[in-house]
Amino acid sequence: MASSTPGLPTSIETLEKGSSLGRDALRRLAKNRAAVVAGVVLAALILACILVPSLSRWRYDQADLATGPTPPSWLHWMGTDYFGRDLLARVFFGGRISFAVGLFATLVSFLIGVTWGGVAGYFGGKVDAVLMRIVDVLYAIPFFIVVILLMVFFAGQDGPLFNGFKSLLRVFVAHPEDPSYFPIFQILIVFAALGGISWLTMARIVRGQVIALRGQPFVEAARSIGAGHAALIFRHLLPNALGPIIIYTTLTIPEVMMTEAFLSFLGLGTQEPLSSWGLLAANGADSMDLYPWTLIFPALMLAISLFCFNFLGDGLRDALDPRIRKD
Amino acid sequence: MIRFVIKRLLSIIPTLLIVATIVFILVRLVPGGPFDEERVVPVEVQKQLNAKYHLDDPVYKQYGDWLWALFTRGDLGPTIKYPNRTVNEIIGLSLPVSMQLGSLAMLFALAVGVPLGILGATRQNTAVDTAAMATAMIGVSVPRFVLAPVLILAFALKLYIFPVARWETWRHMILPVICAGLPMAAYIARLTRAGMLEVIRSDFVRTARAKGLSERRVIWKHALRGGLLPVVSFLGPGFSGLLVGSLVVEKIFNIPGMGRYLVEAAQNREYNLLVGVTLVYAFILLIANTVVDIAYAFLDPRVELR
Repeated sequence: MASSTPGLPTSIETLEKGSSLGRDALRRLAKNRAAVVAGVVLAALILACILVPSLSRWRYDQADLATGPTPPSWLHWMGTDYFGRDLLARVFFGGRISFAVGLFATLVSFLIGVTWGGVAGYFGGKVDAVLMRIVDVLYAIPFFIVVILLMVFFAGQDGPLFNGFKSLLRVFVAHPEDPSYFPIFQILIVFAALGGISWLTMARIVRGQVIALRGQPFVEAARSIGAGHAALIFRHLLPNALGPIIIYTTLTIPEVMMTEAFLSFLGLGTQEPLSSWGLLAANGADSMDLYPWTLIFPALMLAISLFCFNFLGDGLRDALDPRIRKD
Repeated sequence: MIRFVIKRLLSIIPTLLIVATIVFILVRLVPGGPFDEERVVPVEVQKQLNAKYHLDDPVYKQYGDWLWALFTRGDLGPTIKYPNRTVNEIIGLSLPVSMQLGSLAMLFALAVGVPLGILGATRQNTAVDTAAMATAMIGVSVPRFVLAPVLILAFALKLYIFPVARWETWRHMILPVICAGLPMAAYIARLTRAGMLEVIRSDFVRTARAKGLSERRVIWKHALRGGLLPVVSFLGPGFSGLLVGSLVVEKIFNIPGMGRYLVEAAQNREYNLLVGVTLVYAFILLIANTVVDIAYAFLDPRVELR
């Protein structure tokens, strides 16, 4: 019972409609004004994060101690931080990292969670018991402890992982000893750590869906024409469980972004001179009474994008699960 | 029912053992030790220190000794960098503070979230509903480390209503509790609304209405029990979210709770303290999940007890 997920929609009748469900869902999503606005704002934000750092005449790490912290002006639209670095450049450069962490960590969690849950649900019996017991145990370890352990122990300058990363880097660049590669390595660890902890719920959801679906006639039909285990799981069962998977994926992104911000706030995530919204907000919070703009802008960006992802996820749920749509 | 409860409680023990084993071995596998700092300690001194704390024993012997001390005396071991304090003493002092903060924040979240969700569901698609849910969405999207400085700036530094930090009288507790509980309150409000909306349309609620019961009785007496099920199943994960949030809140408000020892111990390679704090967190989390499972089985007659 510990591995069941109460309260989750497991309606099969909504999935039986087949191919028309996707078009139906899109139509319903397009009607949901809040979700559409959220999607557009997100797209604009992501585009801005890609473009602005290259277009801006300030670099994100270009310090100017003579300028120091200045409030927003025509020269620096979001002001400058304590070291005189342009906040606009730092905020949008930080956005790249925040979004990238959100997307990549979610991708990792998606791949592990869907495979794990699919295999457990499809085979059932002993395989299911072992796989889900592992998930139960991992659930019991407070996840942030795992991340903190990973970040502190494996992300060191002299750790075995960094040495491995350097030898991998040798393939691509001439001077892997350059210390400026270290922050990139740390970001990769953040991706892996966050992805590695957030697949548990996905595994449970997918398992529940697959169990509900595997008794259906279409599975029997596929098996009778000779589909193997892998084909049954990945070609037949999982695509039919796509609704809950999409919803949960959309809701994982803001969660992961929030966790990255939280880690950076504790000093364990993104490191200077790179920036992420969490790191910027943490630095801004320290001196908020003197230079409020250094907190307001990154916090606002983070809140807006989390807000939009949550709205989009809600809209998708309403669109893909007609059972709980509001009418 | 009693057998189910006992079985669930007993299943905590092996899980805790696995957690302890993993963390115990993991921290010792990683390069670096408690004695390497900027200040270089002579090799002989380091040897003696390692011998004093038995860190030169093989890992399996350290683990065996540690387990033996834990089971016979409930002793989690000495610390290295907090002179004259054992792990038990540190946890004994800081755990009550963290528990106080956690439970007050949980109560706050329930007291704010559930009524807000019911309000949204009973006035679905009105301005009240939209306002309540927009507030909740903002609450979900604003991180605690942004909320905390804003609260401090407004209520402590500008209005002088509450103190800035520490954990002494009830006046010290208000801002940290709000800060820790608000994101959870927002989430609970959203779950309550969704759960209530589903139940309000079900047959037994229609029957209750048809019997001529007052709207208040229908909502609070009949619908709420079913409508709160998603909230109940969220309380387990929610509680662990609260623990994470408390790390930040304890740091910002300078509260002497367990959270700061977690980060400190990990950074200082303070092996015993780290394993001890992890065990306590895992224990709290497991108990919370078990209580939630039991409460769920109790509330929903369709769940069978195994």
